[in-house]
Amino acid sequence: MLTEHSRRIGEADIMNKKIYSIGGLFDTPDSITRAAEEAVKEGYTKFDVNTPYPVHGMESAMKLKPSLIGLVTLFIGLSGAAFAFMFMYWVSVVDYPLIIGGKPFFSWPAFVPVTFEVTVLSAAVGTVAVMIALFFKFPNNAHPLHDTNYMKHVSSDRFGLNVVAIDPLFDESKVKDFLSRSGAKDIEIFYEPERKPIRVFDPKFIGLLVVIAMVTAGVTYFTLNKLLYMPPFTWMAEQDRLSSQSQNAMFTDGFGMRNPVEGTVARGFTPYEFKGQPDSVVRNLSNPLPFSKEVVDRGKMRFDTYCSPCHGYFGKGDSRLNGQFPNPPTLHSDKVRNWPDGNIYHVITNGQNVMPSYDKQITRDDRWAIIHYIRVLQRSLNAKDTDLETKK
Amino acid sequence: MEYQKKELPDKVKNAGFLFAGIGMLLIAVSYILDPRREAFNNIIGLTFFASIAIGALALVALEYISGAVWSVPFRRVSEFIASSLPLVLVFAIPLFLMLGMLFHWTHPEVVTADKLLSGKSPYLNIPFFIGRTIGVILVLYVFYALFTRNSRKQDESKEQGLTRTNVKLSAAFMPVAGIGLTLLSIDWIMSLEPHWYSTIFGVYYISATLLAGLAATTYASVSLNEAGYLIPGVNKDHYYSLGALMFAITNFWAYIAFSQFLLIWYANIPEESIWFVMRWEGGWKYISIILIFVRFVIPYAGLLSQPSKSDPKRLKQISIFILIAHFFDLYWLIMPTFSKTVVFSFYELGFPLFVVGIVILAFYYQTKKHNLVAVGDPKLQRGLDFHL
Repeated sequence: MLTEHSRRIGEADIMNKKIYSIGGLFDTPDSITRAAEEAVKEGYTKFDVNTPYPVHGMESAMKLKPSLIGLVTLFIGLSGAAFAFMFMYWVSVVDYPLIIGGKPFFSWPAFVPVTFEVTVLSAAVGTVAVMIALFFKFPNNAHPLHDTNYMKHVSSDRFGLNVVAIDPLFDESKVKDFLSRSGAKDIEIFYEPERKPIRVFDPKFIGLLVVIAMVTAGVTYFTLNKLLYMPPFTWMAEQDRLSSQSQNAMFTDGFGMRNPVEGTVARGFTPYEFKGQPDSVVRNLSNPLPFSKEVVDRGKMRFDTYCSPCHGYFGKGDSRLNGQFPNPPTLHSDKVRNWPDGNIYHVITNGQNVMPSYDKQITRDDRWAIIHYIRVLQRSLNAKDTDLETKK
Repeated sequence: MEYQKKELPDKVKNAGFLFAGIGMLLIAVSYILDPRREAFNNIIGLTFFASIAIGALALVALEYISGAVWSVPFRRVSEFIASSLPLVLVFAIPLFLMLGMLFHWTHPEVVTADKLLSGKSPYLNIPFFIGRTIGVILVLYVFYALFTRNSRKQDESKEQGLTRTNVKLSAAFMPVAGIGLTLLSIDWIMSLEPHWYSTIFGVYYISATLLAGLAATTYASVSLNEAGYLIPGVNKDHYYSLGALMFAITNFWAYIAFSQFLLIWYANIPEESIWFVMRWEGGWKYISIILIFVRFVIPYAGLLSQPSKSDPKRLKQISIFILIAHFFDLYWLIMPTFSKTVVFSFYELGFPLFVVGIVILAFYYQTKKHNLVAVGDPKLQRGLDFHL
């Protein structure tokens, strides 16, 4: 007995199509369990039972072997755990180490909750994905039983059994006969659907991608540029506290930012040790740093950052600021070349004429390194013949 | 339902007397040699015993309140194990006489000198302490008596209303047991270090209690069923449910234990983290690491796969292992207060052996008096027909 669905396909189509399976519907869980037992007795091995809910005892009735999907879940879960743990290790130990709460970089207890979550998530999602891929036979995105009267019933109010054509004992009339003997109603033949090639450049599909991209971009733009600046999301930024670099009426001078207490020393900062002493003391100091490649490289870096805006990259006094400040004199004059190192140090530290003190910006060692670099610059512009000879 | 009451063989009784006898001997010798150390072991024994008895009782109530059918064929096993509940007080009596040796909040001069302890003194004082322990055990025993009285009446009368009465009783039992176990754990374990506190500590002990009661029930049920003392019809699906529940509660314990550790480790407040520092120095580090494996990793791996949960041999091994791990957990909780370095010898073995012996004997004498299966329970047939 063919149903409406099969008849609709038409006789001509049926002749050309490959049978996937033959299925029938049952009304009670008891009858489907009996039918499964009979199917085993008949010798069928490739048959499946579809029920709206798990029927107890079905596994033993169908003589199913324990599923191997658990091993797949275990494997995906362990992969997820390893990935999460190693990723956090890489982030917090290798790529961007930050001290958090005084803990070591590799603080594994803090990794445990995330590792656990990723394990559960990857195991669950991965298992479902693998099951769908196996069931639909990837890359197909549907099953031959989809969109049939049979599927409509077994997902709501009835119980179905279908014998798949790959069964070695499969024979169209014998299977139909078996199903009607075991009490099935609405026996139906299911055909393999025609596999149409997937058209990636279908205008509809491309249009869908464009719409998705536009919506995603729009939502992202709105979220990051508008939504986050609306209350309540601004509540965290707008708090009852003094903001630096903004006005505040709490203090008489009207500044939100306060100066540190007198005598405060910042961490890692060495105060100027010759403060209040006569200049001659400083001028007679000699450079404590060795003249090495590392020191000169360091000096070049600091010179390019702090000195070059006014003095120019080569210390010629050709400012990079295009005359917005008065240009300083060249560092290659005889006067500066004959200065002892201590004198340059004194100028950088205390300033001279228009030049302010760089005491706060450049650390002591960096100042000495800059002086080594200035000596390199001076020598490079006043090279002697002997320099060339030593190069030989 | 062709249940026939059978006498348990004498070897059960002999095993009970053997365990209890060896335990008693060790306890007596230890109390003579080192009373303070044995008193700490007495606390381990008390909390170990209480968790087996109360855990089994909680399983009975859990079955009633959740309407479970699969556990009905061996509910009596849990009831018989829980019958040893009043004996917990016997374990507490020697401790009541030695409180000063164990808890430093019992000394008035210490309390007055200590601001924190004098603030806690309305709760931590000797009369209230003793009253709480006796009160909790007695109240839980009243529940036990009502549950089992109704259940035994049902054996004769087959009256369904008695099950409904027990469902209502179990609803009242749940919060009482939760609060009672929290009080017991705070009093006997946490107040050993009265400056330290952890708000999750009660849940930690509750998870361990459920696991201990379940492990004892599982071992007894599987053994009795294999020897044919239970009603025919208990099969692999029942075993699977027992195994799955043990697996679940093992995970629950790990979840709670790790939650407690993570928050204390993260905040790193000295008065909180000192408790874990005590369990990390002087060799306790190794005990702490072994605990993770014994209490979580090994039972987890042993029960992870589907076949292992319904394998009776595996279930018996794992349930005994879980009981040992529970003792080990309590040892880890309590003994660092006694000693800065790891101590483990025959002193520690007396109480667990004694407790096991007492539970076996209580079980044995219950089986003499009552049916081993709740033959009158209306859910019994459905419980036997249970399929996964």
